[in-house]
Parts: sequence; structure tokens; C-alpha cells
Amino acid sequence: MAEPTPGIQSPGGRHALVISLFLFGIFLLAWHLATLRPAFNPKGLSDEQLTTMEFNGDIIRTEEGSYIYDPKKARGLPGPWAVARKSVEEFGEAFQKKGTNDHGIAYLIRYTVLRFAAGFLSASLVAACLGVLIGLSATLYRALNPFIQVLKPISPLAWMPLLLYSVQDPTMTAILVVFMASLWPTVANTAFGVSALRRDYLQVARLLQLTWSRRLVKVVLPAAAPAIVAGLRISFGSALVAVVPAEMLLGELGVGYLTWIEWNNLDIAGVIFAILVVGGVGVLMDLGFTRLARFVTYAE
Amino acid sequence: MAFLSVEQVAKYFPLSEAASAAGRQATFCVFRDVDVRIAKGEFVTVIGHSGCGKSTLLNIIAGFEEASSGGVILDGKEVTEPGLDRMVVFQSFALMPWLSAFDNVRLAVRAARPAWSKAEVAQHTQRYIDMMGLNGAERKKPVFLSGGMRQRVGLARAFAVTPKVLLLDEPFAQIDALTRGVIQEELVRMWTAMRNTVFMVTHDVDEAILLSDRIALMTNGPEARLAECIEVDIPRPRSREAMIDTPQYARLRNYILHFLMQGAHHLPERNGLGAMNGGGPLGVASPGRPLPRRRSAAVP
Repeated sequence: MAEPTPGIQSPGGRHALVISLFLFGIFLLAWHLATLRPAFNPKGLSDEQLTTMEFNGDIIRTEEGSYIYDPKKARGLPGPWAVARKSVEEFGEAFQKKGTNDHGIAYLIRYTVLRFAAGFLSASLVAACLGVLIGLSATLYRALNPFIQVLKPISPLAWMPLLLYSVQDPTMTAILVVFMASLWPTVANTAFGVSALRRDYLQVARLLQLTWSRRLVKVVLPAAAPAIVAGLRISFGSALVAVVPAEMLLGELGVGYLTWIEWNNLDIAGVIFAILVVGGVGVLMDLGFTRLARFVTYAE
Repeated sequence: MAFLSVEQVAKYFPLSEAASAAGRQATFCVFRDVDVRIAKGEFVTVIGHSGCGKSTLLNIIAGFEEASSGGVILDGKEVTEPGLDRMVVFQSFALMPWLSAFDNVRLAVRAARPAWSKAEVAQHTQRYIDMMGLNGAERKKPVFLSGGMRQRVGLARAFAVTPKVLLLDEPFAQIDALTRGVIQEELVRMWTAMRNTVFMVTHDVDEAILLSDRIALMTNGPEARLAECIEVDIPRPRSREAMIDTPQYARLRNYILHFLMQGAHHLPERNGLGAMNGGGPLGVASPGRPLPRRRSAAVP
């Protein structure tokens, strides 16, 4: 407890932070330089070509009579400034709904988080129950293991056509894809945690003649909690990975779909912005999960 | 009639299939012909080398393992499974790491006294926490407690249930030598106050002499036997300091150490098992008389 936790407070943490910021600065600079465009050079182009380019909107004529690239028309990869401008613009209208497919970023984050939560939480509940059952009975473990082994490596997205066909509702399908993505790691880890319980704990439970339900609640589940949380954590990551393509493929509004909308708009700055939002949402949800996990784990 | 009687208990383990296929003996005998009679309120210790099967014997009395032949009768009833009338204090402490010291004890009290209200359970728990000198540590998780403190929790848990028999399985083996002495004296104090019936296994000679009314010497396995049972005639209340100056202590200690160092061989029938079984249920070979010379040539 007295031991300082590595973080921003400790000197090591401060050094790490400085290095992180430094690397980030280098990255931004490199990005900026790599996407820098030279000024338009009309040399070697005939007046006719220049007129066509101006007509197409690639270049504009300045008041002095020379030509420059049209800053409104994007070409190549956008630089950090373009993405920053886009971000400011998007966050500025975060709470606006401009049309059926054009909701503000706050709404999109909300849709994704809710969709994710519905799939992940229901899967966690089912997986934990299934895992405990499997873990408690060696026979059941052996009987169900082949099914789990076959089902586990299937990409959750592979279920999508079948799910879409059977539930006939894209909203539900997206949730079920997240569900499938978060099911197996938790099942496997819970079963392992429950079956690998230390013998001591079970002996004490037998000595105290705890009833089956009390033994489950007072001994088995708390003892297996770290393994279950480890499983949930893997599930969490895999569900987070699945939710983006599920939104894209199903056209469900959310931060994942935002990347696709911006791609359809050929707004590459928007695509990069959407990617960053996906990362940010992932980090925030993971932080929340870590808080939650701290309650149920114990040190041995 | 003895309060706790271990009658003609033997334990065999099956050997590998390869050995039995080769026509050799299919089982491995840990010990056999083990008879122990313990009166109510008596403290009996079995001492022997590691691997002689003394912990297995304790596990049979606890009900964790089944005897291959013979049986254990406690207060007129045969032991078939673990129960609250036989609390075990484990060498590994076996505390639930996710529960505080207080909650570890309370879990046992609640199991033993299902009719009690929460307040009564808490009060009873607190009494035993205080008795074991755990004040101030009761809210801590076991991981933040020293080995000595952890075993105090283990002892408090066992005493709080007020079992018919306390089974101590090398309870101080994992505690550093200095702390061990303190806790041993506390156990003496506790036992003097409560007068529980105790069955302990250990390989620590001093510990056995300090705590026990009688000490049973177990020969080395395989096919271990209880060689003899000696009475500790040092008056109580005992303390280590007063005890080490008594002539009885030196004699007992020498006798037991000689037994252990000479390889804990099986004794000839008249001194060992014969004396034990022939001398009634509490068969005693008193070291107060001149000790019988044992010859290692007497190995059967």
C-alpha cells in the first residue's frame, strides 16, 4: 500500500509522460510534413489546361492573377490541422441532428456505447453462468468442450448473415454480433477459474457444511472472480473490435458507421477523426471497466 | 469409552496400472493398524517424519479422505464426511483471501450457528477475534497479515465454531520460529481456557511436548504404524520457559528425538503396538520408567 503505484505522480511516471508527449510531437510533425503540399506551380501548363483545372475546381485564381490550389478541395492525405479543424467542427455540432444519417458525434457515441453495453452485458451474464456450470462439473466440461472449441474461433462477423436472416432486424443483429464476440473468452476463463479452485477453499467449505448455493456465492464465485474478470476483459476487447465492422456492415448509426459515412463523403479527415473517436471511446470504456474490476479482484 | 476413537485404520493408494499389470502389488500402503483413543478434553499429538502419512490420518478424521479399512468414531457416531464438529486448522491457513480476518471467522460462525441473528454472530466473532489478539487487524485482508497473524485467524475460526474436536495439521510449520513460540503459548492459554479435545500432527518435537497430554510416535512409511504412545508428565499450566528446565522435558525430548533419528522404525511387538493395544484404550509406554532400549535390528 505504501509502495507508490506507477503513475503520473512518481518520477518514473513523469519521465514516461514526457517521453510520450515528445513522441506524440514527433509524430504530429512528421505527419504534418508528410502531408504538406508544395504550392501550385503553373510552369509547363498551357492556359487551356489551367482554365480546365480552374473549371474543375482544382485551382482558383487569386486577386493577383496567379493560381493556387483550392483549399476547399481535399487532395491526398489530410494533415493534422485538417483533422483538428474537422474535430472542432464535429464537436461543435455534437448534439445536432441534421438528418436521418447525420447525427452529431455525441449521439453516435451514445448509440455505440448502448449497443456495446447491451451485447456485452447480456453475453457476460450468459457466459458467466455457463462457465460456472461447466467449471463445476468435469463431465459437463468434457461434454461441452468440443462445441466450444469449434464455436470459439468463428469470427463474430461470420454470424452476421445468419443472424440478420433469422432476427430480421439490423439493430438486434448488431447487438447479437457483439454478444457472440464477447461470449467465448468469458465462458472459457470462468470454467477454468471455477475448476481450478484451490483445494483449501473447498475443504473449508466442506468443513463448514455450506449449502450448495451458499458455497457458490461465498466461496466459488469470489475465488473464481479474478479469472472471470480476466475473461471479461478479453471479451471486452473482442467485443470492441466487433462493434465497428458490425455497424459498418449493417448501416447502424454509431462511431463505427461514422468512418464509413465519411468514406462515402470522401472526407478523409472525417475518416481519421472517426477512427480517433473509436479509439477514444474504447479507452474510456476500458477505464470504466478497470474501475469495476478492482472491486472483485483480491490479492493472494 | 473414548470420545474420539480411531480404530484399526489403514490407508492404501492404488498404484499405476502398469504395476498391477506386471503382477506386482496393486496398492501402496501408507499406514495400517492405526489405533488412537482420545478422551474428552485431551490433547493428543502424532509425531513423525514427513511422508509417514500423519496428515493423511488427520484428513481421515476430518472426513476429507476415506479410510481403506477401519473407521473413526466421534462421540458415538462414525465419521463419514467433513463437518462442523471437527474443525481443521490448516498448515496453509486456508483463509479466504477476499474476506477480511473478521469475515473469515464470521463465515464459520454463521455456518455453525444458523439460528443466530447477525448481531449475535458478529458479537461471537468479535469475542474470538479479541481472544486471539487480532484487535486492530480484523478489517485487514489475509494478504496484509503476517503468517503468524494469519494462523491466529485460522485458530480463531476453528475455536469460534466450538467443535467437538480440533484438528491441527502442522499449524505452525509455515510460521517463523520466533512467532511460532508466541502463538504456541497462546494456543496453550486458549486450550487451558476452553479444554477442547485436540488432535494434532506435527514434526516439531518441542511443539508436541509443550502442547500435548500424549504423543503418539509414528514410524516411517510405507506401511507406517503408530509405534507407541507416550504420556507427557509435565504439569500444566506449561510455558516454554518453565518447561525446558524440567527433567521430564529433557527425557521426553531425548526419547522422541532418538526415535525419530533412528529412522522411526517399527518396534518389536511387545514395546510398540503390543504395548499400546494391550495397555487398554489409552495404552501408555511411560518414559517415566527406564526407557526400553530399542534395536534397529528389530525391523520386521
